[in-house]
Amino acid sequence: MSQAQPLLETQSISKLFGSVIALNDVSFSVRPAEVHCLLGDNGAGKSTLIKILSGVHQPTEGAYFFEGEPVSFNSPREALERGIATVYQDLALIPLMPIWRNFFLGLEPTKGWGPFKRFDADFAKKTVREELLKMGIDIRDPGQAVGTMSGGERQSIAIARAVYFGAKVLILDEPTAALGVKQAGVVLKYVVQAKTRGLGVVFITHNPHHAYAVGDRFTILKRGRTLGTFTKEELSREEMIRLMSGADELDAISHELEEIARREETVDQELAQVDKQLAKTLEKLDDDTGTVQ
Amino acid sequence: MTVTATSPPKADERVAELGLVGILLRRPEVGAVLGALVVWVFFAIVTPEHWIGLGGVARIVDSSSTLGIMAIAVALLMIGGEFDLSAGVMTGTSGLIAGLLSTQAGLNFWAAAAIALAFALLVGYINGMMVVKTGLPSFIVTLATFFILRGANVGVTKMLTDQVRVSGIDKVAGFGLARQVFNTEITLFGERFWTAFIWWIVLTLIATWILQRTHWGNWIYATGGDANAARNVGVPATKVKIALFMTTAGAAWLVGIMNDVRLRSAVASQGIGQEFVYIIAAVIGGCLLTGGYGSAIGAAIGALIFGMARVGIVFVGWPTDWFFSFLGVMLLVAVLVNNYTRARAEAMTTAMAKARTETEEAEP
Repeated sequence: MSQAQPLLETQSISKLFGSVIALNDVSFSVRPAEVHCLLGDNGAGKSTLIKILSGVHQPTEGAYFFEGEPVSFNSPREALERGIATVYQDLALIPLMPIWRNFFLGLEPTKGWGPFKRFDADFAKKTVREELLKMGIDIRDPGQAVGTMSGGERQSIAIARAVYFGAKVLILDEPTAALGVKQAGVVLKYVVQAKTRGLGVVFITHNPHHAYAVGDRFTILKRGRTLGTFTKEELSREEMIRLMSGADELDAISHELEEIARREETVDQELAQVDKQLAKTLEKLDDDTGTVQ
Repeated sequence: MTVTATSPPKADERVAELGLVGILLRRPEVGAVLGALVVWVFFAIVTPEHWIGLGGVARIVDSSSTLGIMAIAVALLMIGGEFDLSAGVMTGTSGLIAGLLSTQAGLNFWAAAAIALAFALLVGYINGMMVVKTGLPSFIVTLATFFILRGANVGVTKMLTDQVRVSGIDKVAGFGLARQVFNTEITLFGERFWTAFIWWIVLTLIATWILQRTHWGNWIYATGGDANAARNVGVPATKVKIALFMTTAGAAWLVGIMNDVRLRSAVASQGIGQEFVYIIAAVIGGCLLTGGYGSAIGAAIGALIFGMARVGIVFVGWPTDWFFSFLGVMLLVAVLVNNYTRARAEAMTTAMAKARTETEEAEP
C-alpha cells in the first residue's frame, strides 16, 4: 500500500443534504494506474461521493486532495480542467447530435481569431475517427447521431472522450449497468486500457463480477459509511459479494423467516391437538345420542 | 475487435450510398424547402401574372422579412429548448418605448432606441432568469410576460398620449438616419424593396454561422438536447438559455424599431398574436418543439412560406379571412413531413449501425 502517491484523495468527508446525511466520514483514494472499485447498494452514497469528486457537490466536512494539494471545486468544469473526468450513467452525450459534436462538447477546438474564430469541424471529425479507431471502434461517419448507436459504443465514445482530453482520473458511473455480456466485456477492456495508460480509474458498479475482473482495490459503501477498503488479496470474491449484498441483513432476514416457520409449526401442532380433542368430543356426543335413541 | 482490419472497404461503400439522399434527408430544413417549392409553384400556376417576376419577389420578401428576423431568433431559442410567447408583443413594446421617449420626452430617436434596447434585453434577461431559476416551463413564464407587456403597452400609451398610438415619430431628431440604417425603401432592378430584407438575410447567415461553425452553436444544440448532460461536460447551459432569451428580445427590439421607422408611428396592439407565427415558422423550418434540433435557414424559409401565402392569397383574390386556416394546414403538413424525413434519416443510420454490428458479430 505504499507505492505511488494518490492522484486523488478524500479524508473523512461528509455530505449533508438538509438533514439527510448522504455521506459520513468517508476516506477514499485512487493512485495512478489503478482501478479502484466503488461498490454498494442503492442509496449507499456512491453517487454523492462521485459528485463530490467531480465537482458537482462540495463536501460539508472533510478534506479533498488532488495530486497532494487541497482542492475545492465549484463546478465540474474546474475538476475537468485539473484532469478529473467523469463518465456518467447517462453518459453526458446528446442523442440528437452527431458523434463529432458530442465528442468535443464543452471543449471545442477552434481555429481563426476574433469574430472569425470557429469550431474546427474538420479536425474534430478526423480526430473522432482516429481516437475511436484506437479503441477498436470503426465509425464510418462521424456525422451519425449518437442516439442511433448501441449502448456499448456510446460508453466507449464517452470513455474515449475522457481519455483524449488528458484525464488523469477517470470516474466511471456504472458503465456496464445496462449492457449485455459481450458489450460489458468491451467496456471492461477499455477500463483496463485506461489503467495501462497510467490513469487512475474510479469504477462504480453494482456487479461484483465486473468489479472483481478489473479492480485492484475495492471500497464498499453502505448507508453513507464505508465498510472499508480492501485490496484484491485481502478480499475474496465471495466475501465481497457477502459484504456488498449486506450479509448481516440477509442473515437477519433468514432468522426471521425461520422464526416464522417455527411458529407456524407450533401452531400446526396446537391445531392438531384441538382437532383431536374435537374428534373425541364428537365421538362422545355420538355415543351419548346413540344411547339416548 | 478485428473488425477494423477487414471492414473499411465495405464501410466506405455504405457511406457513399448514404451520401446524397441521406445527407439531404438529415438536414432539418428539408420539409421547409419542399413546402416552399410547393407553395411557390402553386401560386405560380394560379396567378402567374403577379407571381413570376421581380414584382412578386419584392412583395413576398417584404411580407416575410421582419417575420423572418423573429423566426430565426425564436428558432435559436427553440433549439436551446425554450419558448418565448412574449416575443411578438415585445416588438410592440420596443417600438412604443422608442416612439414615446422620442415624441413625448423629446429625446433623440437614437437615444430613445437605445433605451428601448436596454429595456428589451432586461425583459429577455428576466424571462431567462425566471425560467432557469424557477424551473417553470418557459411557456408559462413568458405567457405571464406576454400579458404584462400587452397590458402595459396599451396602459402606458393611453396614459401619455390619450390614444392607443404614438404618431409623429418622423418629426424627431435622428429619425432620418435611423430610417436609413434600419428600414428604408430602395429600388433594385426597377422594383421597390424595404431594406429590412437585407437585415434578414445577414442575420440568417450570422445565426447559421453561429449554429454550425462556432462552439456557441454546439452549446445551443446541447443545451436544448439535454441540459443536464451538457452541464456535466462543462457547458454553461444556464448562461446559454439566458443569452438566447436576450437574443430573442433583442430581435424583437430590432423589428420594433423597423416598424417605427417604416410606419412613422407605433400602435399599442403591435405584435400581439405574432408570437405563434414565429414559432410556426421555426417549426416548419424543422425545429423540434422539445429542443435540440433545427436550423436558422429552415426558420427563414418557414417565414418565407408565410410571406408567400399572405401575398399569394391577396393576389388570387381569395378572402383573407382564410389566411389563418391556411397557416394551420401548412403547420400540420410541415410537421408531418419533418417527422417523416427524420424517421427516414434515423432508419437509414440505424440500418447502417445494425449492418455493422452484424458483421462484427459474424467476425469472431
